[in-house]
Amino acid sequence: MSVTEAPPVAKHPGETKTSWWKGDRSEPVRRNLGLVGVLVALVVIGAVTRPELYGDASWVQNNVLTILQQASAIGVITVGMTFVIIGGGIDLSVGAIVALAGVWATTLATQSYGAGGMIFTAIAVGVGVGLVNGLLISYGRLVPFIATLAMMVAARGLAAQISGKQTQVSANSVINDIASTRVLGIPLLVYILAAVVAAGWVLLNRTTFGRRTVAVGGNPEAARLAGINVRRHTVLLYALSGLCCGIGAIMLTSQATSAQAAMANLYELDAIAAAIIGGTLLSGGRGTIIGALFGVLVFSTITNLFAINNLSTEVQNMVKGGIIVAAVLIQQFRYKSLTNLFSRVKTG
Amino acid sequence: MTAPGEVVLALSGVVKTFPGVRALDGVELEVRAGEVHCLLGQNGAGKSTLIKVLAGVHRPDEGSITWLGEDFHPATPQAAMRAGIATIYQELDLVDDLSVAENAFLGHEPHRAGFVRRADSAQRTREILGRLGHPEIPPRRLVRSLPAAGKQIVSMARALSHDARLIVMDEPSAVLAHDEVGNLFRIIRELTAQGIAVVYISHRLDEIREIGDRVTVLKDGRTTAANLPARTTPTKDLVSRMTGRSIEYVFPPRAGREPGPELLAVRGLSRDGEFANVDLTVREGEIVGIAGLVGSGRSELLETIYGARRADAGTVEMRGKRLRPGDVIAAVKAGLGMAPEERKSQALLLGEPIHRNMTLSTFTGYARGGFTDVATERAKAQETADRLHLHPRDVNRAVRTLSGGNQQKVVVGRWLLGDTKLLLLDEPTRGVDVGARAELYQLIRGLAERGVGVLLVSSEVPEVLGLADRVLVMREGHVVREAAADDLDESAVLDLVMAGSLLEGEALA
Ligand SMILES: Nc1ncnc2c1ncn2[C@@H]1O[C@H](COP(=O)(O)OP(=O)(O)OP(=O)(O)O)[C@@H](O)[C@H]1O
Ligand SMILES: [Mg+2]
Repeated sequence: MSVTEAPPVAKHPGETKTSWWKGDRSEPVRRNLGLVGVLVALVVIGAVTRPELYGDASWVQNNVLTILQQASAIGVITVGMTFVIIGGGIDLSVGAIVALAGVWATTLATQSYGAGGMIFTAIAVGVGVGLVNGLLISYGRLVPFIATLAMMVAARGLAAQISGKQTQVSANSVINDIASTRVLGIPLLVYILAAVVAAGWVLLNRTTFGRRTVAVGGNPEAARLAGINVRRHTVLLYALSGLCCGIGAIMLTSQATSAQAAMANLYELDAIAAAIIGGTLLSGGRGTIIGALFGVLVFSTITNLFAINNLSTEVQNMVKGGIIVAAVLIQQFRYKSLTNLFSRVKTG
Repeated sequence: MTAPGEVVLALSGVVKTFPGVRALDGVELEVRAGEVHCLLGQNGAGKSTLIKVLAGVHRPDEGSITWLGEDFHPATPQAAMRAGIATIYQELDLVDDLSVAENAFLGHEPHRAGFVRRADSAQRTREILGRLGHPEIPPRRLVRSLPAAGKQIVSMARALSHDARLIVMDEPSAVLAHDEVGNLFRIIRELTAQGIAVVYISHRLDEIREIGDRVTVLKDGRTTAANLPARTTPTKDLVSRMTGRSIEYVFPPRAGREPGPELLAVRGLSRDGEFANVDLTVREGEIVGIAGLVGSGRSELLETIYGARRADAGTVEMRGKRLRPGDVIAAVKAGLGMAPEERKSQALLLGEPIHRNMTLSTFTGYARGGFTDVATERAKAQETADRLHLHPRDVNRAVRTLSGGNQQKVVVGRWLLGDTKLLLLDEPTRGVDVGARAELYQLIRGLAERGVGVLLVSSEVPEVLGLADRVLVMREGHVVREAAADDLDESAVLDLVMAGSLLEGEALA
């Protein structure tokens, strides 16, 4: 009544036909489109630099599976990280948790319990360390950055202690076979990633847990006054991140058929960067799982691009840094220019 | 300076659209030097958008603005300030982690060779605060540590720190108590005496009568009446031009029914430096009002009852069961709900849609097995939005894009949804327009008739007296009087609220 709605949007209030380019709902779509664009560009660069490889259809198919397989463990970890960041925190200890969980799961003692014991140990260690993080942050009132930074150092130290700085080989064939198993021609690891992403999406978008995560990250004071248990939820978020690290540890251990204290080095940075370029707000309150997945895929495609061109990791890291900045800039540019363009079209 | 009475600002045919909303749709406005020009309009009529266009925050899509005889297109807020237009925004825009002086001179710090002259800006801030009647606010104090009213004073100081020729004030009185408003009016009179023009926005007609010279009315982004005399235009004319209908600004009649058994019992509740030894009860179906100045401890009391602050002494019982101090979750489980004072920082998820904000404390109740039921949530939110006449009605819209008064309706609406047994309302009608206010009163009274207990804090004495069955008057952290609302009148309450009343002895008891 008091608002003159510009046609054709929401002429009948209640039945809301917000156009796809604007409104909250569609923003993730727009951001993801930007990332898909980056992905396409990377593939084109690959095809231009190595045309002979891209001419071979079976090579291309294999390469795609390789990229997905390489994205699998970090993808799982990024899902946990995305929840933590949306919930207003940050987890710098994910790489260290993966290392600790991997090392603990491959000690001779643990291996004597078989594959089940190893998986259980990795997950229990991940969740346990995550709980400690969460408790320190919520009840110990430590800043997430500091608490998880301390945990990052401490967990890697403990991993080195347990392993005696040795590489621990996994003698368990069930664990080792996870990485080499294919179902319908697709690696099992990719199914695990898909399952975790799907579960993460449902958890964030369809459950009370996800709703609380957004509220706690968006405005903790408002969430508290609305009767949400902010502290307990914060603990659960870090435990969830730890859980993802435990799963990731098994995946990486299987891929390498071993674990060591230096594994998953700097994974925290990759996971944070993937979440952020996927549209998660570093200050909390907003983010998407699908965007984070695209972020991970962009990174593993870059790594792959460098591998097929036999370029060094140093150059690769420089380019990665550039891509992070570029992706975020492109998204901002797209957002602004589109909004301006359409509001102009509508008035004009 | 401009001669008094000369037109300094003229707007014609100004249009501003946001995606899906035509917020301004042909606004005409003419402001003269030395006058107080009031803007009236319902929530969402476009008042704040209009002043943001003037302040260089938004750029108009169409129309012309003439400022001091020249075409005016401020590209940035700095440009508008340099041109002599200072703005006090409806939503406070202070930097919490800077000091009072740093906020006052933000963006135009006195400096020499690139260094801020801190002593100079502190000195000038002190002068301005003195003029504002608040010499007690230390210029070096962090803004974060000030109460809401103090922050409002600082944003006023910021506007005065520019040598502005037009000062725009968007609902400045909304967070001020009665005596503060008097202070504000004194300053406005000083300013206009110097030939400075003031554009004043408020939903309180009595204020417009007192301070205003001319009134321009907006409805749906259009000027429906311009330059009406502020003092003599009949209220029903103003209201009907705002709303297109005539609304009586009255309180619904009391049911005359005896309230039920005791619901809330507060005994000896104290918090150091905030309030001391407060006893109060609320019965089922009863509305209890708390009157008092900002700083009298009313909001703190409400938050302590709710468990958002931990009491130093005393107990809170809900239906005879003691509530754990400092535990909001326990309070909500026991059936309490609170609409807090500061909607932006304490209540809203600005980026989230209206329906999610409205269901923030009830979504768990609609959920099944941990899965949210968005369809039900949206339907319930839509129902409440309609009852509160929310504009726009579309509950999928982000709360950020709502006007101030409509954001307030979302905050109150949240607690109308659940089966709250005791509702704590802190300034529930802040920024809400006349029509929606009547609606809100009706809803609150309706809740009470269904047996809900209500504890209401308001700076507007008529609101407390008109809505509540029983009234507590607070001063400096003490309850100085408790009486049936019918036994009090506005001037008696104001006397009590200000210092130096006959009941001084009672306050210390
Ligand atoms: N950034 C924005 N994006 C979209 N719509 C907006 C935005 N800002 C304001 N609006 C819409 O423009 C209209 C006018 O809002 P405005 O804030 O100017 O109202 P107002 O007259 O100040 O109301 P109130 O008395 O409640 O403060 C409203 O319908 C509001 O929802
Ligand atoms: Mg406004």
